[in-house]
Amino acid sequence: MDLTQMQRRLVDYTSSLFREGYLDDQFTQLQQLQDESNPDFVFEVVTLFFEDSQRLINELGEALDQQNVDFKKVDAHVHQLKGSSSSIGAQRVKNVCVIFRNYCEERNTERCMRCLQQLKHENSLVKTKLETLFRLQQQILTAGGSIPMWSE
Amino acid sequence: MDSCNCIEPQWPADELLMKYQYISDFFIALAYFSIPLELIYFVKRSAVFPYRWVLVQFGAFIVLCGATHLINLWTFSMHSRTVIIVLTTAKVLTAAVSCATALMLVHIIPELLSVKTRELFLKNKAAELDREMGMIRTQEETGRHVRMLTHEIRSTLDRQTILKTTLVELGRTLALEECALWMPTRTGLELQLSYTLRHQNPVGFTVPIQLPVINQVFSSNRAVKISPNSPVARLRPLVGKYIPGEVVAVRVPLLHLSNFQINDWPELSTKRYALMVLMLPSDSARQWHVHELELVEVVADQVAVALSHAAILEESMRARDQLVEQNVALDLARREAETAIRARNDFLAVMNHEMRTPMHAIIALSSLLQETELTTEQRLMVETVLKSSNLLATLINDVLDLSRLEDRSLELDLRAFNLHSVFREVTNLIKPIASVKKLFLSLNLAPDLPEYVVGDEKLLMQTILNVAGNAVKFSKEGGISVCVSVAKLESLRDARAPGFSPMPSDNHFYLRVQVKDSGSGISPQDIPKLFNKFADSQSLTSKNSCGKGLGLAISKRFLSLMEGHIWIESEGLGKGCIATFLVKLGIAERPSEPEQLYSHFPGLQVLVMDGNGVSRMVTKGLLVHLGCDVTTVGSSEECLRIVSQKHKVVFADVGISGMDGYEVVSVLQDRFSARHQRPLIVALTANTDRATKDNCLRVGMDGVVLKPISLEKMRSVLSVLLQNGTLRETRY
Repeated sequence: MDLTQMQRRLVDYTSSLFREGYLDDQFTQLQQLQDESNPDFVFEVVTLFFEDSQRLINELGEALDQQNVDFKKVDAHVHQLKGSSSSIGAQRVKNVCVIFRNYCEERNTERCMRCLQQLKHENSLVKTKLETLFRLQQQILTAGGSIPMWSE
Repeated sequence: MDSCNCIEPQWPADELLMKYQYISDFFIALAYFSIPLELIYFVKRSAVFPYRWVLVQFGAFIVLCGATHLINLWTFSMHSRTVIIVLTTAKVLTAAVSCATALMLVHIIPELLSVKTRELFLKNKAAELDREMGMIRTQEETGRHVRMLTHEIRSTLDRQTILKTTLVELGRTLALEECALWMPTRTGLELQLSYTLRHQNPVGFTVPIQLPVINQVFSSNRAVKISPNSPVARLRPLVGKYIPGEVVAVRVPLLHLSNFQINDWPELSTKRYALMVLMLPSDSARQWHVHELELVEVVADQVAVALSHAAILEESMRARDQLVEQNVALDLARREAETAIRARNDFLAVMNHEMRTPMHAIIALSSLLQETELTTEQRLMVETVLKSSNLLATLINDVLDLSRLEDRSLELDLRAFNLHSVFREVTNLIKPIASVKKLFLSLNLAPDLPEYVVGDEKLLMQTILNVAGNAVKFSKEGGISVCVSVAKLESLRDARAPGFSPMPSDNHFYLRVQVKDSGSGISPQDIPKLFNKFADSQSLTSKNSCGKGLGLAISKRFLSLMEGHIWIESEGLGKGCIATFLVKLGIAERPSEPEQLYSHFPGLQVLVMDGNGVSRMVTKGLLVHLGCDVTTVGSSEECLRIVSQKHKVVFADVGISGMDGYEVVSVLQDRFSARHQRPLIVALTANTDRATKDNCLRVGMDGVVLKPISLEKMRSVLSVLLQNGTLRETRY
């Protein structure tokens, strides 16, 4: 595959991610922050996010497994996750967090469990997608090209 | 015969005669010897006697005379020659001394006489000095009386007391029988007896003022002796045969406030005088002495001054009382007015709310109804209902606005805004209606019109909408043209408005907006009524039953609040009208959306506090991209530990409850006393609700920014922060 094709594929892939709602405008912002002085900015942020989200999901699982669920703590975790996901533009994860918080307020354990499952699902989805994205970017870079700035 | 050397006496001895001579000589000698003795004795006794040697001479003369006479005693009988020799010697000596004494006396006697003259002179002098001293003493006493009188008179500011005191004191000092004061009446043609010493309440005697005696007294400022029979002096009916005492009258000038000019002593050309009449006791031989007259004159002057002071005081007290009364009345009126206004406002507020609620229901439900299936007729009816209720809603709003305007509770919301965009919006709003009526709409903005101005955007837009909307409403064909320009000074003066005094200043200019329409026009006599509230629309437009209502009145009030003016011209019915208004706007020094953003903030020290690692990293990335020097902390304790004066901005995520962020703010406010030393604290929050924002601003944060934040937004946030020192005036 030559460079142009690779770039084309990257652009298509990225736009599909946006179209399907996996990412939102915030991700674009992050991409804009990446420059020569900060070449791996997006990668670093995303990596940090996944570490964070994994930790939070584990803790959520533990908290919801309790006999007496401490909804305050659950809400705090979800809030954190919501913050992180919105910071990087993981839209679908964020949306689930919003719903999750409502159920927390209602103190509905079952629904919360279901949200947690959904969270795990969405999280792994967006993780896979972003990993693919980075791989594509890396391929282009090794091929000597530059990453096209996606803008709409 | 014996030839003795005895000398025979010349005459034959007549025994008796001889005897007498003998005795006389003896006594003479005795006297002559005793006189010097006496002289010596008394002179020795006296202290002063300048002529001692004269005394000696005189003594010698006397002694010798005595000796002569003594020796003569021996010549009556036979005496020897020795006796004769002695006698001769004595006589010779006596002769010598007598002559010497005689010669000397020629000198002495004039001197002695002159002593006598001097003595007489001194006696006269002494008498004269005595007299003078007597006079001085009298004068001093007079002076004392005057002082005492003046003191008495001036010690009170009450007119009655002054006059009474004067009369009493004068009466006492001069031991008068009667004192009387005649005051001029209001008409000035008569003198009325106002006060007397003896009579307590004098019945109103009056005398005409033109009597010769009175003129005589008034024409001079001296005390004048008048006849006791003159009408002013005849206070009691003449009884029997008492000889009335001498009477003196003096004028008392009555000074008015107007007599005292600044820098000018009171002119004594004042016409008003009172007359003071003083009578000595009858049946006494007393006469008016000069010093007494002088006393009277001085007192009269003092009285005049005291009276005028009293008059001034009375006047000012009266004025003050009047003012107090007026104040009380005004206060009452004000309070009543305030109560009325409050009552009205309460009423309006209640009514407003009461009116709006059903209005809202009507409008909402009608519009819902419109969405449903309706027959054409029904649709028409619903549309009419909707239109009418919209109108009513507008009217209610207008009423509230107007009432708020009237009691000045409407305050201008002065802010910088884009003038061009206001006009564009207005035209956009009006275009649909205009095109439905097939009217063309043109907007003409002058090239020198500033883009960013300071003023109340909402009011201005409302006014323009009102005016342009009216133009569209009342035009059936043709078009509307809106011309916007900066008013020139000459056209400002030309404004057809009494009381409109435009004052252009450096930071302000007058915007001129002219809306021309080709509509139904207005007849000239109706023009003044246009701006009155609820002007009768029947006379203005026959077909349109929706009148102008409050619109123009409100616009006028808005404009006067914004220091502007509006007027309408029309050539008559059917000829369209031109509405022009001027409004004062400020020139914005910096545009509200800064065109010149800083694109880079090199070296700006920023502290980011966020509990969420990912957010932290993202925010840091944003700031680093903009060139800042970023420090990140994960908690408020860490933040407070690390923050220092070098950090210019702190972005704090306020978390779930916001406690962290609030805590940081309050600690920092304590730590840094001066505002310019404190870093600017901006809250970063994902909470969009107003409560969070209000809380942040209340604890004293310099701004609130919503997450997630884009690069451009962060750039403008930092620009505004650094330019204004706060985000509070802008909307984020």
